[in-house]
Amino acid sequence: MFKTKITPIHLFLFLVLLFSASAQAVSDKTLVFSAIPDQDETRLKERFGDIATYLSNKLGIPVKYVPVKSYAAVVTAFRNNQVQLAWFGGLSGVQARLRVKDSQAIAQGVEDTTFRTYIIANHSTGLKASDDFPTGIAGKTFTFGSKGSTSGRLMPQYYIEQAMHKKVNDIFKRVGFSGNHSKTISLVQSGAYEVGAVNFKVWEKELKAGKIDTSKVSVIWKTPTYPDYQWTIRGDVDKVWGKGFSDKVKAALLDLKDPDLLERFPRSAFISAKNSDYQPILDTAKKIGLID
Amino acid sequence: MNTVYRHSRAWNVSWLFVLIGVFSLVFADLEVISLEPWQELKRLFLGLFSPDWTNASEIAQAFLQTLSFAILGVAGGSLAGFLLALVFHWRLVRVSCAFIRAIHELFWALIFLQIFGLHPLTGLLAIGLPYAATFAKIYAEILEEGDKSALQAIGHNVSTISSFFYARLPDLWAHFKTYTLYRLECGLRSSAILGFVGLPTLGYSLSSAFMEGHYSVVWALLLLFYLLIASIRYWVRPALLPVYIIAAPFIIANDSQISFENVARFFTEDIIPAPIRNGETLAETWHWFSDLFMTQALPGIANTLVLTQIALVVTGALALIMFPLISRHFFQRTGRGIGHLLLVVMRSTPEYILAYIFLQLWGPSMLPAIAALALHNGAIIGHLIGRYSTEMTLRLDAAVGLNRYFYEMVPRLYGQFLAFLFYRWEIILRESAILGILGIATLGFYIDSSIQELYFDKAMILIVITALLNVGVDALSRYLRARLRLRTSVDCGAGNDYCTAK
Repeated sequence: MFKTKITPIHLFLFLVLLFSASAQAVSDKTLVFSAIPDQDETRLKERFGDIATYLSNKLGIPVKYVPVKSYAAVVTAFRNNQVQLAWFGGLSGVQARLRVKDSQAIAQGVEDTTFRTYIIANHSTGLKASDDFPTGIAGKTFTFGSKGSTSGRLMPQYYIEQAMHKKVNDIFKRVGFSGNHSKTISLVQSGAYEVGAVNFKVWEKELKAGKIDTSKVSVIWKTPTYPDYQWTIRGDVDKVWGKGFSDKVKAALLDLKDPDLLERFPRSAFISAKNSDYQPILDTAKKIGLID
Repeated sequence: MNTVYRHSRAWNVSWLFVLIGVFSLVFADLEVISLEPWQELKRLFLGLFSPDWTNASEIAQAFLQTLSFAILGVAGGSLAGFLLALVFHWRLVRVSCAFIRAIHELFWALIFLQIFGLHPLTGLLAIGLPYAATFAKIYAEILEEGDKSALQAIGHNVSTISSFFYARLPDLWAHFKTYTLYRLECGLRSSAILGFVGLPTLGYSLSSAFMEGHYSVVWALLLLFYLLIASIRYWVRPALLPVYIIAAPFIIANDSQISFENVARFFTEDIIPAPIRNGETLAETWHWFSDLFMTQALPGIANTLVLTQIALVVTGALALIMFPLISRHFFQRTGRGIGHLLLVVMRSTPEYILAYIFLQLWGPSMLPAIAALALHNGAIIGHLIGRYSTEMTLRLDAAVGLNRYFYEMVPRLYGQFLAFLFYRWEIILRESAILGILGIATLGFYIDSSIQELYFDKAMILIVITALLNVGVDALSRYLRARLRLRTSVDCGAGNDYCTAK
């Protein structure tokens, strides 16, 4: 228990430290990047820490990765210039570029030009894989991924509502948001939700890693393709790191060939991207009401 | 039970609340959604026996962050709260404090995340601001109710400052100290759960580990957290506090910066309702508001109230069932020891974390939320009235067993019990709203959705509605306590929380 009083000197020290800490200036030459937390959150630092090292070597400046907890937080950090480069999903990228003037999509995965969402179902539902939209999902419990996800929310919601001519809340018995794609798989596998929407790359990656019990859960439908993930960079980076910096970053990303690093995304290679590639995402988001 | 007791107002009000609770059940979604909840529960339980410390440096980092945010947040909050307490008789101060208090730390964190991003100020203000408002109220109560005889004894020619420091503070110091220490314990819990929205505290690692079903890591974190709270009186030492306060800023410092532009933009653009921002017509603006109100606010309010009322009744029932566990009138030393341990674990675990655990096991219906709220709050009230009962003396020929419980203890404790329960009412409401972030359709669900969809204007309106609801329930609770003439023992300013021993 306290014996001495807190004197004004203590308080003064406290305030001085508080402000000195908050005003602490750090080398603003560090490029900070982040990524949407789309899968296994315990491994985010392992996944992206090495990418920071790679970029740092290529660009010759310090590069740092900061982990964030939600899709919206990456957009906010990007907008607030606390992050200058980000690995966004289709929707979060569009949201970010709408908010930061002159920001550019610079690179995407080869797979991102033809991305898909898989609708997966627990075997207790009796639903079978088909090429036609599985109207039998009506009345089941259903989980999306994150609220701000393209492949886990925007696109599946769009395709489901289009096929069923109803809002998702009126189609399913219950609609949930698992948080990320790995969690969606484990929730549908355990039966906590009967049906779910999952990013096809995450599904394939976890399937390959033997993490999915195919006797309990399987893919019942694949959406048409759409553009998804991309690297987006702020427009004002050239001012800080010199003319042509964003082109240098782009070149470094396109030059990333190490299969181990590519597996972190997981993508086979990065190719060039531009803002207009994501017009379909913007249009869909407007239809769903996720962007005004 | 005797007739006086049965026809008392407290009795009638209790039944009214039970009826409302039962009625609420009709609207509540109580389904267990997962198909194999027991299997998950078993895995969770097994994790307890194999806590995983392999990631020691990350765990240590999470704890240092949790501690630092808590200590600085509470220290800043108590300083600001003390200053506010001196002018608490100003209506504006009282009303603003009530409003600020009504918004949960997690909502504050979500707001400040938009303004300051990952800067440490986000966490400091998320704890410091609502805590300052609570400190202001409780400190003001302590000043109000404290012994004024020393003040009356000294002359009138003494300055206000001297008279305060020499005639008032010495008498009140113990009260301030006890309450502040108690709030530090709360601060640790608040700081821990801030990790759930992205601050680098305990909750960050905890939610990630949970997401992936790494229950051994979950237990390593939880066990350490219990230890930290249980040992609080050993490591909070007068000589050490300045050290903590000096070290903490270095621990939480990171290299993100605040830009004034972002702050300004938040207040002048982000939170201005879209139709007003875009200069749309009055009819469109009205449509926007009514749409938000009908599709989000209204269902959110309804679910929040349903959850609150059910949880309140279950909390009361649990408290009445659990208090004998720690009362010397019912159990011997060993039995009470086990009871204490049980209650300590339940009340040290933030309800947010309890709810998170149950949600993982049972799926997102109201059931996990009710269980979490009732266990946490029931353990707190059970602890308080259990301790109170221990201080009561019984006649030598007092009844034993169930007769003692029903005809002696409960009637004598009932007023005290109801007072505590009504104090917790507002807190349960605030928590019910916040649990929405986990996926239950209370107000927090709609607020979190708006934030995830980057509609801060909608989020702000919903947060304000949540705060007003809270202020309303607080007022109703105060009215009921006054009507029923309920008073808790004012050994540390009563407050809207319980006080620690002594």
